[in-house]
Amino acid sequence: MLDGLNLEVPQGQIISLLGPSGCGKSTLLRVVAGLTPAKHGTVSIHGEDVSQARSRLAFVFQEAALLPWRTVWQNVRLPFEIRNQKSRKTIESALKHCLEIVGFQPNDWHKKPSQLSGGMKMRASIARALITDPEILLLDEPFAALDDMLRSRLNDLLLRIVAESQRTMLFVTHNIGEAVYLSQSIAIMSRGRIAELVEVPFTYPRSSELRSAPEFAAFYGRVSEALYRSER
Amino acid sequence: MAEIDSHRNASVRGARLAVIAAPILVFIIFALSWHALVVLFKIPAVILPKPLDVLTSMWTQRWELLRASWVTLQAALLGLAASALIGSVIAVLFSQSRWIRTAFYPYVIFLQTVPIVAIAPLLMIWSGPGLRAVVLVSCIISIFPIISNVTSGLLSIDQNHLDLFRMQEASRWQTLVKLRIPSAIPGLVLGLRVSCGLAVIGAIVGELFVASSGAYDGLGMVMMAKQANLKIADLMGTILASTCLGILLFVAVQFLGSVVLRRWTKDAGFEST
Repeated sequence: MLDGLNLEVPQGQIISLLGPSGCGKSTLLRVVAGLTPAKHGTVSIHGEDVSQARSRLAFVFQEAALLPWRTVWQNVRLPFEIRNQKSRKTIESALKHCLEIVGFQPNDWHKKPSQLSGGMKMRASIARALITDPEILLLDEPFAALDDMLRSRLNDLLLRIVAESQRTMLFVTHNIGEAVYLSQSIAIMSRGRIAELVEVPFTYPRSSELRSAPEFAAFYGRVSEALYRSER
Repeated sequence: MAEIDSHRNASVRGARLAVIAAPILVFIIFALSWHALVVLFKIPAVILPKPLDVLTSMWTQRWELLRASWVTLQAALLGLAASALIGSVIAVLFSQSRWIRTAFYPYVIFLQTVPIVAIAPLLMIWSGPGLRAVVLVSCIISIFPIISNVTSGLLSIDQNHLDLFRMQEASRWQTLVKLRIPSAIPGLVLGLRVSCGLAVIGAIVGELFVASSGAYDGLGMVMMAKQANLKIADLMGTILASTCLGILLFVAVQFLGSVVLRRWTKDAGFEST
C-alpha cells in the first residue's frame, strides 16, 4: 500500500499527514509505531530502529480507546502498570500533572469513560499518551469524531503541549484547517506516496485568531489545491 | 411537559404490570383448560390429576419438597460453580492458542451433544453414587455456554485496545490479565444466565440415577419414589417444584448478573441485555 515513501521528521516539529481516506496515512502511522510491519524499508528514531525505540513513542487512536471498566485515573495509569513502574509517588505526581495538562478537574478523575463526553474521553486518551513522557506522539485522526468547537479547543491543547514539552508529533488528519493550524509541515499523501511536502508559513505560538486571518484562508486554499492536484 | 411525563410513567407502569400479569393470566387459562379437560373426559386421577390436586399435594408434601429442593439446589449451585470455574479456565486456554482451540473445540461440542442420560450411569460408576456424581452431571450439562461465551469475550477484543497494549510492549500475561479477562466478564455473566437452568436440569437428571442407591434425597429421588408408587399428583407436584427451583435460580442469576453488568458493562459502555 505504501510505496517509495521517504519522510524525515525533525525533532520538536509537528508534521501532519493529510490526504483522503484510503491514501495510506493511517498505515504510515502504524508502520512508524511498529504496529504494522513494513515489508521493505526502515523506520528509525535518532538512527535507532523503531522496534528498539518503541518506549519513546506514544499513540493516540481515532477513538479514545479507554478501557471501559477502568476510571480515568486507572486508564491513564495503565502504561505505568504495564511497565511495572513501582514508585507510587512518581506515578501519582505524573498522573496529576498529565490530567491537569489536559484540563481534567479532580472530581472527574474517578469517573468511568461512559460518564465522559467525547471531548473528555479524548483528553484522557491524550493524558495516557503523555504519561510515559514520550519523545514522539503519533496521533491518528484523534478528533475526527468531534464537533468543530471541541476540535479547535483540543487543537489548542496539542499546541500548548508541544510548546511546553518540545515533543515531536506526527498527526494524521483529513481536515485541511486542522493540518494548517497545527503543523510546521504538511505531508500531502496520495495513493500510498507523499505527493507534496508543504511548509506552513505561520510562526508559533499560534492562537485561534489565526483561523480567521485572511492569510490562513489563502494558505488553506493553497493546501486544498495541492491536495486536489495530488489526486489527479 | 408534566403531562407527557405522567403519561410516560403510566405507560411504563402498565408495561411492568403486563410483565407480571401476562404470564399469570396464561397460567390461569392453562390450569382452567386442564381442569376442564379432566372433568370433561373423566380422566382418572392416576393418569392426569386435576391442577388443584397437584397444588394440594404440593402443600401436603411441602416439607419433603423443600428439603429435596434444598439438596438439589446445592448440587445445582456446585455444578454451576464448577462449570463457571472449569469453563473459564478452558476458555482462557482456548484464547491463548489457535492450535489448542482447533484441537479441542470438537470435544467441547461433544459435551454439548452427548446424551447425558446415556453417560450418567457411567459417571455413577466412576465417581460413586452421591453428591459428587450429581454435581458432575450438572457441571457437564451446563459448561458449554460458559466456555463458548467466555471464549468469545476473551477473543473479541477491540483492535485499538490490543494496539495500545502492543505499544506499551505488554507481555502476553499482562494482556490476558489486564485486557482479555476484564473484557470477558460480560461473556461470563451471559454464559451463567444460560447455564443456571441447565445446571438444575443436570442435577435432577443426575439424581434420577443416584436415587436407586438411596444415598441421596434430592428432587430426582422424590420423583422416582412417587413414580414407583403411582402417586401421579405427588409426582406432578414434584415436577412443578423442580420447575420453580429452576425459575428461582434463573431469576437469582439474572438479578445478580444485571447488577454485575450494570456496574461492569453499562458503566463500561456495553449494553446489558
